[in-house]
Amino acid sequence: MSTSANGSGTGALSATRPTEVSQLDRVVIRFAGDSGDGMQLTGDRFTSEAAAFGNDLATLPNFPAEIRAPQGTIPGVSSFQVHFADYDILTPGDRPDVLVAMNPAALKANLGDVPHGGTVIVNTDEFSKRNLTKVGYDADPLGDDSLSAYEVHRVAMSTLTQGALADTGLGKKDAERCKNMFALGLLSWMYHRPTEGTERFLREKFAKKPDIAEANILAFRAGWNYGETTESFATTFEVAPAKLEQGTYRQITGNTALAYGIVAAGQLAKLPILLGTYPITPASDILHELSKHKNFGVTTFQAEDEIAGIGAALGAAYGGALGVTSTSGPGIALKSETIGLGVMTELPLIVIDVQRGGPSTGLPTKTEQADLLQAMFGRNSESPVPIIAPCSPADCFDAALEATRIALTYRTPVLLLSDGAIANGSEPWLIPDVGTLPDLSVVFATEPNAPDGSGEHWPYVRDPETLAREWAVPGTPGLQHRIGGLEKADGKGNISYDPDNHDKMVRLRQAKIDGIDVPDLTVDDPSGGEARVLALGWGSSYGPIGAAARRVRKKGLPIAQAHLRHLNPFPANLGEVLSRYDTVVVPEMNLGQLAMLLRAKYLVDINSYTKIAGLPFKAEELEGVFTDIITSTKEVAR
Amino acid sequence: MTATDLGLPRLGGLDLVPATDEPQKAKDYKSDQEVRWCPGCGDYVVLNTIQSFLPTLGLKRENIVFVSGIGCSSRFPYYMNTYGMHSIHGRAPAIATGLATTRPDLSVWVVTGDGDALSIGGNHLVHTLRRNVNLKILLFNNRIYGLTKGQYSPTSDQGTVTKSTPMGSLDTPFNPVSLALGAEASFVGRALDSDKKGLTEVLTAAAQHRGSAFVEIYQNCPIFNDGAFDVLKDKDEAAQRIIPLRAGEPIRFGPEGEYGVTRSGWGGLEVGKVADIGEDDLVVHDPTIQDTSYAFALSRIGDQHLNHTPTGIFRQVERPTYDDQARAQVEQAAQAKAPNLQALLTGKDTWTVA
Ligand SMILES: Cc1ncc(C[n+]2csc(CCOP(=O)(O)OP(=O)(O)O)c2C)c(N)n1
Ligand code: SF4
Ligand SMILES: [Mg+2]
Repeated sequence: MSTSANGSGTGALSATRPTEVSQLDRVVIRFAGDSGDGMQLTGDRFTSEAAAFGNDLATLPNFPAEIRAPQGTIPGVSSFQVHFADYDILTPGDRPDVLVAMNPAALKANLGDVPHGGTVIVNTDEFSKRNLTKVGYDADPLGDDSLSAYEVHRVAMSTLTQGALADTGLGKKDAERCKNMFALGLLSWMYHRPTEGTERFLREKFAKKPDIAEANILAFRAGWNYGETTESFATTFEVAPAKLEQGTYRQITGNTALAYGIVAAGQLAKLPILLGTYPITPASDILHELSKHKNFGVTTFQAEDEIAGIGAALGAAYGGALGVTSTSGPGIALKSETIGLGVMTELPLIVIDVQRGGPSTGLPTKTEQADLLQAMFGRNSESPVPIIAPCSPADCFDAALEATRIALTYRTPVLLLSDGAIANGSEPWLIPDVGTLPDLSVVFATEPNAPDGSGEHWPYVRDPETLAREWAVPGTPGLQHRIGGLEKADGKGNISYDPDNHDKMVRLRQAKIDGIDVPDLTVDDPSGGEARVLALGWGSSYGPIGAAARRVRKKGLPIAQAHLRHLNPFPANLGEVLSRYDTVVVPEMNLGQLAMLLRAKYLVDINSYTKIAGLPFKAEELEGVFTDIITSTKEVAR
Repeated sequence: MTATDLGLPRLGGLDLVPATDEPQKAKDYKSDQEVRWCPGCGDYVVLNTIQSFLPTLGLKRENIVFVSGIGCSSRFPYYMNTYGMHSIHGRAPAIATGLATTRPDLSVWVVTGDGDALSIGGNHLVHTLRRNVNLKILLFNNRIYGLTKGQYSPTSDQGTVTKSTPMGSLDTPFNPVSLALGAEASFVGRALDSDKKGLTEVLTAAAQHRGSAFVEIYQNCPIFNDGAFDVLKDKDEAAQRIIPLRAGEPIRFGPEGEYGVTRSGWGGLEVGKVADIGEDDLVVHDPTIQDTSYAFALSRIGDQHLNHTPTGIFRQVERPTYDDQARAQVEQAAQAKAPNLQALLTGKDTWTVA
């Protein structure tokens, strides 16, 4: 296997000083600083370098909800963790091997996650008395032995950056702001990362301010050269490219993949798209991304609120477009009445919920998967909707196509449950060949369909297989009809208050959703059926569950893993799969919502493991949970 | 960027809607559904007027859509043999916005009530008008919640005694015309349910208008608010109170045309005797004045008690519509960059594993 990076070359920077080069299979780096320090950009760039180099990777941004929380404080700390490896990895990593702390607050907030023996690189310039007291350090941790368990590198990044930019004519403050690029340069040197991409990126990003672009590049190079010349770093590290499946890759975040999935769905369905939406963290980037792709027939409508957003999407769907709305949990609460109207009018509609911590405004920038029951039941009366959940950033693309397939085939709103971790996290994506994507094209009704041969159009005549009604769009001659929220007579579609008809329609709507064709659940069990414990998850916990399963298997404990993409309806074989195991453990970032659904539907006992900390599970944590369960299951079986 | 910047031709409200030469009759617009409003409800006459006026537009029937919210008035679409959606309370303007934006070939009408449009749907109403989406909003104002059996509404007189306000309602009512003008509506009109001619005139102009057209229709609810507009229906009373607005003509009214409208202090307008004002100082009505303050001042002559009630078209100005511009952006983007899905998915930074 070999890899080649786009636009690779020797570049301006190359290592000459002989350092000890240590080969690693994986590294987790966390960049942490003040929200104003540009840590997200720094992490993002490092990630791109790792991607260009051919590593597998996963990222976890973590930032405050406030745009500029008070400077230098713990609540103001913003961090970006990147995990890169020479094999396929599943999570952004539990604990950073390297912490880059740009100020005392970043050190204090993150040090607890660094394992003993880990590397800590600090910007000493920010460790002033004032900054230390601000975060409650009585003494300078750099001055005593409180960091003795770590390999600490003290680097005066602000001063060094200012020094490097002294001749640029840039003000002191502006120069100092480039210190994040200094840090990036230093880390790039330490890990033998390609640098041309970052320089190209900076020139493009600051195309309108070439002096700022050059200043950032200078700082970046200064960081690199610092590592190269100062000898304070004895070792550099190499992480070889990963042996991933053959093909061309790019790095992608969940929100971008989701937006691309929607664009692709419109193309594959040959339908114009209307996204009706209202900004909300962490879903706004879907709007931002889609608004860049109007050339694909995408109209983005930033409405006055979530209700108008979904209303416009449903109106567009009525007119024969692919209607899409995107939001987070609080927005779903506002949209529920319109989702109900979509259920009643049986129109296709994609409803994207990028879940965040709740209830109420909750933790806007943190992740959670606690909207499952809201998606499932959060409407008045019997109003079933299919639910799809992607399991990783790149998977959002496929999930969007699948949601569209179901919405168009069955003429129903579909809920797509992403979450904050997936939305902002990124990973390599094997770019699909467009020619292999599914055909999603639809057929609009053109002829009156009344079964009595009257030549009328009956809007609620159903396809016997899918139970979907026809999509007869305004402008089609002879098919004029009225739909709406009032109960409809089966077939004819006129308002009906008939008790038997209502009973029938409620059951028909349910049967339509229950009958959706969903692929069977596949189980991963390398032990060949020896496992007595099944770890079952949904959504973004796929990575940590998978990583934990690998770890326990390495210890010689068998465990089976399965992951649900379809949460409504469940795969047809789910009941059978559950019955095969002595214990089914379901880790969720909620209080056991999937567990509740499984117990109710299959009358099985579920071992529900829950945590709602606003952060993804750690593989280490689940490893412990699984190990305990496997061990006790063995004992019971004995 | 405005439509002018984009070099769009000035369009009429119906210019993109397919026309037909086939003669149409009112009955072509009647659906087979039994109309179920209370006997004597003002909604009947409005329905009749609309069914007889639509054939004059000469549009293909299948290209007309009525979207409504919830309320007695919002049952309207069921009775029309066009496409229609009876949606949810207050949200019709939002749904119609999505439809009108993606389908320029449709003539989209919103039917709403005073509760539907001004209470629960107030937000959507003002934003739709502000955006100037090409759709026509007909507000059936009976100054009461009909469907929920008679609670007071945002247009009820202060002190209205209803089941929910046994000691009288406390809130100051909205003047829907003033509200629409405040929301930058490019077309604002008012008519009386029983005035077939006046209503038809306003509706015809509304249909031809490109952009949001807002029409307040005073509608009698004989069950819960009977006679709310009776003073405008009694011939003698009406002559004293209704101020017909006719573009290009001095604004005057009264049995002998003895009253008129003139400018007052603070940039407002007031009613007086023509004899006192003098013919030359009567205001000549011009709905095309861009500055909303003129139409707003006109709307303020009218009052909740209907002592003076201007009817007709208050404002009719050209302004780029949201939907035309949204479609222009999509077209412009496609011209600037042909859609290439593979290129989009691939992006700029890739690497290959061989
Ligand atoms: C979300 C929601 N809230 C409340 C209602 C109950 N409701 C139906 S119609 C209506 C008021 C209708 O008044 P108006 O818009 O003036 O219509 P009218 O019946 O007078 O024509 C109310 C409160 C509802 N259908 N939906
Ligand atoms: S309650 Fe009033 S508005 Fe409703 S149908 Fe009866 S008369 Fe008409
Ligand atoms: Mg009313």
